[in-house]
Amino acid sequence: MSDHEYTPKSKFGKWFNDRLPLLTLANHLTDYPTPKNLNYWWTFGGILTFCLITQIVTGLVLAMHYIAHADMAFDSVEHIMRDVNYGWLIRYIHANGASMFFLAVYIHIFRSLFYGSYKAPREIIWIIGIIIYLLMMAAAFLGYVLPWGQMSFWGATVITNLFSAIPLVGEGIVTWLWGGYSVDNPTLTRFFTLHYLIPFLILGLVVLHIWALHVPGNNNPVGIDIKKPSKDTVPFHPYIVIKDGFALLMFMIVFAFFVFYTPNILGHADNYIEANPLVTPAHIVPEWYLLPFYAILRSVPDKLLGVVAMLSAILILAALPWLDTSKIRSAVFRPLYRQFYWILVADVLILGYVGAMPAEGLYLLVARVATAYYFLHFLVILPVLGWKEKTLPIPLSITEPILGGSPNLATAKNKESLNK
Amino acid sequence: MKNFFKIFSFIILFSGLSLSTQAAEKVEYLKTDWSFKGLFGKFDRAALQRGYQVYTEVCSSCHSMKYLSYRNLAEKGGPEFSIEQAKAIAASFEVKDGPNSDGDMFTRPGRLSDKFVMPYDNVQAAQAANGGAYPPDMSVLVKARGGGVDYIYSLLQGYEDPPAGVTLDDGVYYNKYMYGNKIKMANQLSDGLVEYSDGTIASVEQMSKDVTTFLMWSAEPHLESRHRMGFKAIVYLIILTILVYFSMKKIWSRIETEV
Repeated sequence: MSDHEYTPKSKFGKWFNDRLPLLTLANHLTDYPTPKNLNYWWTFGGILTFCLITQIVTGLVLAMHYIAHADMAFDSVEHIMRDVNYGWLIRYIHANGASMFFLAVYIHIFRSLFYGSYKAPREIIWIIGIIIYLLMMAAAFLGYVLPWGQMSFWGATVITNLFSAIPLVGEGIVTWLWGGYSVDNPTLTRFFTLHYLIPFLILGLVVLHIWALHVPGNNNPVGIDIKKPSKDTVPFHPYIVIKDGFALLMFMIVFAFFVFYTPNILGHADNYIEANPLVTPAHIVPEWYLLPFYAILRSVPDKLLGVVAMLSAILILAALPWLDTSKIRSAVFRPLYRQFYWILVADVLILGYVGAMPAEGLYLLVARVATAYYFLHFLVILPVLGWKEKTLPIPLSITEPILGGSPNLATAKNKESLNK
Repeated sequence: MKNFFKIFSFIILFSGLSLSTQAAEKVEYLKTDWSFKGLFGKFDRAALQRGYQVYTEVCSSCHSMKYLSYRNLAEKGGPEFSIEQAKAIAASFEVKDGPNSDGDMFTRPGRLSDKFVMPYDNVQAAQAANGGAYPPDMSVLVKARGGGVDYIYSLLQGYEDPPAGVTLDDGVYYNKYMYGNKIKMANQLSDGLVEYSDGTIASVEQMSKDVTTFLMWSAEPHLESRHRMGFKAIVYLIILTILVYFSMKKIWSRIETEV
């Protein structure tokens, strides 16, 4: 794993390390050579780790006071909000923490898309990341059901009903998921169990994600392979630790603002109404972070195909390293891809917007066009672009463009003329 | 650093966007100054006490508040009645208790630890007494309605004669702020309906504001400590961020790269 052998100084340290090389690991983590040109978009990995730990710690405390029973869940949440010491704080951190988690993960994913971090040799990191993202969505959905408000109940009904689209066995699967013939107490208890389980699966995958990252090392804004360690790298500690720490603190300020001053703005008012199987809310909408996929689901008129489209929209990302045929990683050197990248960002934001609107008239039309474009981007534009695009010349190392203080492009051209 | 502000503004923009999609389909609600809004927002103690009076004398005949206890009335950050006042308030209600050692249910005067007494024994009884409509529990009502306090405040003052062409069934009333404009609760407030002990004139507007303030407190009893702690936490974070920024600059100055 490490490039040089590490030997602990103390005798006990050596004795211990020979039996369990924890100190070698710690040494690897602090010395880990990191490209020195990483920008702030790269700080979201650390921020996401913070989000995960926050969710697990607050979640543990909530689970001590929460009662997973259809008749008591809503009451127990109010008990947490009123009578548990700082229960309101813990719950608001947990509820807003989910949104912050997704905000950070979307930035993390789109950073990867811009700088081509998913390309060889980092495909496995990327695929583990997609699995983590899928598990995050599952955890968020299951967690949203637990307060047993109107949106919890009806959201659970809508999402679990998606499985009924599966031919032949669909209805049976839904009954099996519910543990009955409707969303009820058995559904709630199993959702609670799974909601408790998934974060630990995510934690395990995060370890694999980081492990897989530490084999090839970080990608960087220039997107070129660098020698490690070299003039192009800095040790993870203290350089990256302090930078990640700074970015994390800025993130926490935004987080704190939501928790303390607008704790309910990202949620839906209907979820403060206790679940009632006899009354359907006027609009059933998922949380904001699932809206783009909700829009894709609703834009297909057929139920089964809609579910297939929604799942494909996520799973297509796993095939991205092979769909993107360009040899150049960073969009900095891909003038055409850069434009399509921003169109994709706009497309996803539009999908999110129409996902929150009723599926009718103009909204539905926009949703359909945006859905079609989403798949077009990955299935047609990316492969073709890789063959057709005239990329800019890339620099040979990241040190020179930085040291020269000139933009990468100019240095790269300069370099090329020197080579001739 | 430039790049950093780009990210930061992106986050702000993004959260702004997600908020605005939720705020769609707005009706213009009546506006008033709420003392509990803003970074240092606090409840107006007198308004909470008056609001409680409106609740007990008017609303509580149909609407329950099942998550509140009489002890809450004396707690910090709430109406802050004195313990004696809260005890007296609790004792003025008959609470069903039991079974006693003979196995019988009995009634006794309320205590601080009791939950607010409910107007009806169960949902069915409430519906039967109100033409089939269940008067919602008001403990978290302001959080359970899209427009929040502004909506409740407006609704209480939004009763009008129906416009031509709108026919209303028996027991249905016209309210311009209600979703679909049809509401099963009749107009409850009229000028001078309650007599405030502090001499405030009980106009419909005043009572609406007071009772809505009371409902905001009942939905968010820890709002004041949340605002206080939030201010401290954010100031702390900002100072720490500045310190970390300068140590980062210092550390990175060892190499020629800009942070």
